[in-house]
Amino acid sequence: MRFQLTEDQRALRAGVRELLAARFDREALRAAVDTPGLDRALWRALGAAGFFALRLPEDEGGVGLGLPEAVLLFEEAGRVLLPGPLVATHLAAGVVEGAATGETVVTSVDGSLVEWLDAADVVRVGDARTVEKDALAAVPLRSLDPLTPLHRTAPDSALHGARDGAHDVVAAAALLTAAEQLGTAARTCELAVQHARAREQFGQPIGAFQAVKHLCAEMLVRTELARAAVYAAAVTADPLDIAAARLLADEAALQGARDCLQVHGGMGFTWEADVHLHLKRAWVRSRRGGSAAGAEEALAADLLTARGTSGGHML
Amino acid sequence: MDLSYTPEEEEFRARLKEWLAKVLPTLPPKPSPDDWPGRRAYDLGWQRMLYDAGYAGLHWPVDAGGQGATPTQHLIFLEETENAGAPYVGAGFVGLLHAGPTIAAEGTAAQRARWLPPILRGEEVWCQGFSEPDAGSDLAALRTRAWRDGDDYVVSGSKIWTSHAEAADWCELLVRTDPTAPKHRGISWLAMPMDAPGVTVRPLRTLAGSTEFAEVFLDEVRVPVANRVGAENDGWRVTMVTLSFERGTAFVGEVVACRRVLAEVAGEARRNGRWDDPVLRRRLGRLSAEFRALWRLTQWNVSEAEGTGGVPGTGGSVFKLRYSQARQDLYDTAAEVLGPEALDLGREWVIDRLSSLSYTIAAGTSQIQRNIVAERLLGLPKGR
Repeated sequence: MRFQLTEDQRALRAGVRELLAARFDREALRAAVDTPGLDRALWRALGAAGFFALRLPEDEGGVGLGLPEAVLLFEEAGRVLLPGPLVATHLAAGVVEGAATGETVVTSVDGSLVEWLDAADVVRVGDARTVEKDALAAVPLRSLDPLTPLHRTAPDSALHGARDGAHDVVAAAALLTAAEQLGTAARTCELAVQHARAREQFGQPIGAFQAVKHLCAEMLVRTELARAAVYAAAVTADPLDIAAARLLADEAALQGARDCLQVHGGMGFTWEADVHLHLKRAWVRSRRGGSAAGAEEALAADLLTARGTSGGHML
Repeated sequence: MDLSYTPEEEEFRARLKEWLAKVLPTLPPKPSPDDWPGRRAYDLGWQRMLYDAGYAGLHWPVDAGGQGATPTQHLIFLEETENAGAPYVGAGFVGLLHAGPTIAAEGTAAQRARWLPPILRGEEVWCQGFSEPDAGSDLAALRTRAWRDGDDYVVSGSKIWTSHAEAADWCELLVRTDPTAPKHRGISWLAMPMDAPGVTVRPLRTLAGSTEFAEVFLDEVRVPVANRVGAENDGWRVTMVTLSFERGTAFVGEVVACRRVLAEVAGEARRNGRWDDPVLRRRLGRLSAEFRALWRLTQWNVSEAEGTGGVPGTGGSVFKLRYSQARQDLYDTAAEVLGPEALDLGREWVIDRLSSLSYTIAAGTSQIQRNIVAERLLGLPKGR
């Protein structure tokens, strides 16, 4: 057993971080907030870097890597709040023409919501089906997250509530979303720590006060627990491991963003600080794939099975 | 990232399971919690069986008489012994996990030869004399004094929270040998025989009703200078070697046990009808996620220790913070499932619920652990 990143995986993560720092730095983030819309050049750059084709076999023009590498990419994307229907396009690679290279932007219907509908070239329902935008009769919402345009499908639409598709694709979508949440959890912890070290009150950095220090410590604890769950689920691809990863990553991202906001004090409540962008995105991601109740119920039901009770060691 | 075990590790697991299946039915019945002589005999008997089978001191270095097993093998050992319902390390805890490794790392050849083999063979029990009434979280503030008198130290003071004091032969004792030095620099580490004149043990009753630990009063106890491990006044560093010996395996057995208990609690809920409450079901599901993740974090920390050949360091604090809370949540949830029966001390899980309250306090309170995480992992400044 060697449950640690391999050298290749470390290199991959460093490479993605470098690419994103060059192509989507803080200035780009704030510009995207001011001028909504999908940056097609960035999308193609992601495609060229193998972001979407990562898990396609090499003989199909892909990179030939797996879910463990994919979660590292999506964690980095989550850290910098990279906008766009990343998960849907990644999952469409090899299925929808041009998705793998970043030429085609693919989104998907998730329950009654569709992210990035106007910007998308192709809309998918579940695993295989592609639908015309008009057939959705979708109406735009004033999206809570300035970096995620949202549409709601019409209540009488035949597609409303559609969340079907091959189980492994649904599970992969949940896992990649959890990886993005992990990125937010890690990043908001860093931002809180940076602020707590720099900001002085009562003659010392606020991070020297235990009330603040302990908030930050708990942020790291939640992040590291979520990291272990997300990485392990990427290795096993077990639906219950993925359900667990999703619950812990949601918790780490949502509470992490809130605590980061709290540590920032009044600045945390401003539009200018990035904290709210993390919290709002985390809220959007936490709605993907339905509510958390489904994951909790699935894990609870498993406790009643022989596998849950004992039988063999835990892989 | 690889969660699969190597053929060697699988073989280690298979041989262990085979051995456990053979020997566990031959164990005598478990003694009652208040029968200290019985507990001592039972725990040492188990240790002797481990020794005879080549499993004693699994994680100790080979030159100290141990097996030099990898952290992963140690994880497998703890997982399988828990799965098989084997006895817990019990009275051997301090000797095998604290005092022994300290002596192995810092002791002289003579000290290692005197003290290590009896620990491994299950012949001598150690207890720990670290905390004092006025030195808990602030351990380095300890005041138990030791004066040199010829070839002896003369020790006076008191220790508290000493587990297995009533069953112990030896005590790993921290004493102040230089009261004028800064508090971390005037401490020495001594091996004190518990039958020395002047040692008085007063059992402390826990809120769970049992006497798991004791106060130890020391009244001019003579301890040979030859029993000091490490240099005089270097005891703090010597002790930290012990405390950082942990390789991420500290709670392996407990996490395995918690997962089993959680499944049993779910089964009980199903039987008594509380399973129909979706709020309760979701709480059980969340706990399942929690313990799955804690198991993964254990594997992560153990792999990290395996890779560095050293210690996971403060990763243990991250784990302990979350695990201690999860354990309390587990038994609170069990109480919810039990309903009125949760008030019956005779009912399974009720005593465990009480015991779980110590987890956020013992071995570094959650508040101290958060300081450690914040200062050592996140680099936040120390408060004034």
